[in-house]
Parts: sequence; C-alpha cells; structure tokens
Amino acid sequence: MKRFWVLLSLLLALPAAAAGLTVSAAASLTEGFREIASAYQDAHPGTQVHLNLAASGVLLQQIARGAPVDVLASADEATMDRAQHDGLIDPQTRHVFASNSLWLVVPLASTAVPAALDELTGDGFKRVAIGHPDSVPAGRYAKGALEQAGLWEALQSRLILTQNVRQALNYLTRGEVDAGFVYATDAHTVREHVRPAFQAPVEGGIRYPLAMVAASREPEEAQRFIAFVRSEQGQAILRSHGFGNP
Amino acid sequence: MLDLDWSALWLSLKVAGWATAINLVLGVALGALLARRRFPGRELLDTVFTLPLVLPPTVLGYYLLVLVGRNGPLGAWLQDSFGINLVFTWQAAVIAAAVASFPLVFKPARAAFEGVDRQLEQAARTLGVSEVALFFRVSLPLAWRGILAGLLLAFARAMGEFGATIMVAGSIPGQTQTLSIAIYEAVQAGNDGRANVLVLVSSLVCIAVLLLAARLAGRSGGSRHDVA
Repeated sequence: MKRFWVLLSLLLALPAAAAGLTVSAAASLTEGFREIASAYQDAHPGTQVHLNLAASGVLLQQIARGAPVDVLASADEATMDRAQHDGLIDPQTRHVFASNSLWLVVPLASTAVPAALDELTGDGFKRVAIGHPDSVPAGRYAKGALEQAGLWEALQSRLILTQNVRQALNYLTRGEVDAGFVYATDAHTVREHVRPAFQAPVEGGIRYPLAMVAASREPEEAQRFIAFVRSEQGQAILRSHGFGNP
Repeated sequence: MLDLDWSALWLSLKVAGWATAINLVLGVALGALLARRRFPGRELLDTVFTLPLVLPPTVLGYYLLVLVGRNGPLGAWLQDSFGINLVFTWQAAVIAAAVASFPLVFKPARAAFEGVDRQLEQAARTLGVSEVALFFRVSLPLAWRGILAGLLLAFARAMGEFGATIMVAGSIPGQTQTLSIAIYEAVQAGNDGRANVLVLVSSLVCIAVLLLAARLAGRSGGSRHDVA
C-alpha cells in the first residue's frame, strides 16, 4: 500500500517536473507548428515544446480560465484583440507571423464543383461544413463571406458547424459533406482527397498573430520561441506548409 | 440570460428515449438469449456486447462514422437502397446513444434472466404454456426488476452521450445539438451564462431520473415474486 502512495505522488508530481514551453496554436497551424517546434528543440536542446492545438476561440477560453500557456498563436486578429483587451497577453510581444486564404472545397469524388458562393443554394450542396463562428476563426471568416453575399440566412439549414477547422476538413475528406470552408493550407494537407473550388473573399485578409501570454512562467523562453517563428528558418517552414508572408 | 431555447433539452430527451426503447427490445432479447441458450462463442458475444461500456466514446464514434458514413458499407447501402443519409441527423445521435448505453441494459438483463428460477419455468412448461407465453408471462416479469434498473441507467447514460454523438451527428442547433454538446459549445465560446443554465437543467434531469429509479425500484420491490 505504501508503494502505491509513493507511485501515485510520483505520477502527480510528473507534470511539474517536466518543465517546458507550452504553445497554444490554432488548429490550422498543426503541421507547421509541429515542424517549428521540433526545429526549435533542435536549436535549443533541453527545451521541450508542448503544442496545444484547438480552435483559436477555444485556446483563448483556456487561457482566460488560467491554463498554464506561454505563447498564443491564433488564426485571426479578432481573437488576439480579445486576449489583449482582457490583459491576457503582453502586447509588446504581439506580431503577425503568417497569412492564409479561405477556400470553398469539395470532396474529390464530387461531380459538382461550384464557381461562386451563390451556387451553394443549389440541390447538389445539402451539407456545407463550416467552423463554428463563435469559436473557430475559419467559421467566422466564412460567415463574413456568406453574409457579404447575402447567403448566410438562406444556407442556415445546410451548415454543419464544426469544433475546429480540421473537423470540417475531415468531413470533406470522408465525403460526409458536399462542400466546406477551410484554409488553403488545410486543403493542401489532404490534396489527394479534396478539390479546391474557389477562394472565398475575406474582408481585410486572414492574418495570424502570436504573442506571449501575460502569465507565462517562462517569459524569456517564450520570447525566444516567438523570435524563432519570425526568423528566416521559422518562416521558411511555414511557407513550405503553404502559409503566406505576414 | 434566460434566452435559452429548450430544443437541446427536448432533443436529448427524444434521443435518450429512442435509444432506451431500442435497447429495451435488443438488450432484453439478447440478454435472455445469452442467459438461456448455450452455443459456441457465447462468452465472446457477451464480450462484444459489453465493449461499448469500456471503449472510449471516440472509438465508438469512429466505428460508427466509418460504418454509417456515406462511403461506409452500411451507409452506402442505405443511401443507394433507400436514399437515407444517417450522418448529421438526430437518428445518428440515437444510434450513438443506443450503442453507448446498450451494455447497461444487456448486462443486467442477462444477469436477471440467469437469476430466474428455472423450476418455475419448468413448472409453466408442464402446464402446457408455449415458449413465447413463458417468456412474457413468467421469465420477463421475474427478471423485470433487474432490467428496469438497467434501463434507467442506460437512459441517463444516453442523455449524457457526447463523444460518439459529436462525431456521427455533429452539432446542428435544433437538429443534433444535444444538451451535452450545447454545454460544450457554450463553454468553448466563453458563454458562461448559457452554460450555467444548461448545466443546471442537465443536473435536474439526472436527479429526476435517479429519484424515479429509486421510486420504481421500491414499488416493484414491494410486488416482487418470492422466487426462493
């Protein structure tokens, strides 16, 4: 029994012992930031980068509720604005580090490839995947584009709201939806399963900001990571995954 | 903050109700079968039927998505034969909830049927009662108490189903957004007001189910046949 308690206390102490840098990144950054994290670890042996990937709005809520995060990288300025407004990030460390574009994508097997947003009201598009606009930037961008085109209300019954942009992408690759809004970089990761139809207009463009979390316990390390993302090496990695210049 | 639409609650009750009804038929039938008939692979079948209890809901969700999805064997057949598409419908949520809560009916049902005194069944047979009548008039009433407890637990489990449901049914407000999923989305979006109300509603429903379970157990306990 005594051995059990020793083991239990060791297990509970483990997370505290494995100190490192926790980076909360938008779901669309999954592959790019995995590669950046491993390159960063190579450049700075002894530092463990823990990636926490989810919809930007979800990441913001986690930080607002006290999650021990060091760096936030979101897929939109709006989420970062809210973080800054609530004093959750250090504004001095905030930088735009990449850009992206929103595309309407259809499954590869699909015979109907729309050329414009208003074609989504046609019979061939009964299910359209879109990130939940309340917490997923890609969904908010898509909602903006549909509202601009006066289609948001008309398409309500066809929208499949997803928890992050990658869930929308997954439904597309499985052919469970007829069309969906994802980033150009997302479509690129599964290009053998989906067909990009056209780029959706996004007012002001899509820019990815990152910043150090105000409550970070590793401020120096966090700023070093931010600098690495913005460095030539970090930028080259992001470009190789299809992201545009900041 | 009470701009709550009750669709999530009604949907959860509808989904859990259907799932429990399906499990009442399937769980009781298969529980009785495995309790009364001996055949090769019986315990293997028992293991398979119990799996949903221990498998992570995401595993169930993935199996279901692959099976009933547009390109899945069952999904493609339903689509081609009847034009039915299950994914992202409330019926898909029923399937997810039914599968997840099935062991909670099946297991107690099997145990309850195994606990029925076989001499009583034999006595009925000697009186010329048919096998069907024997099941409905002797075995089932004797096993009912155990089955009922399982049904209520299964209903509660179906109400709370989340992982498999969100994978096969998605989260369409008013159509497939159950109470659990509505709570998750409210928290994700930082809408604590809505989350608080939904959490309260959810807790009240569960308390009501448990009180009902206790009351039903007490009542059926009073009229229980003494099989000793």
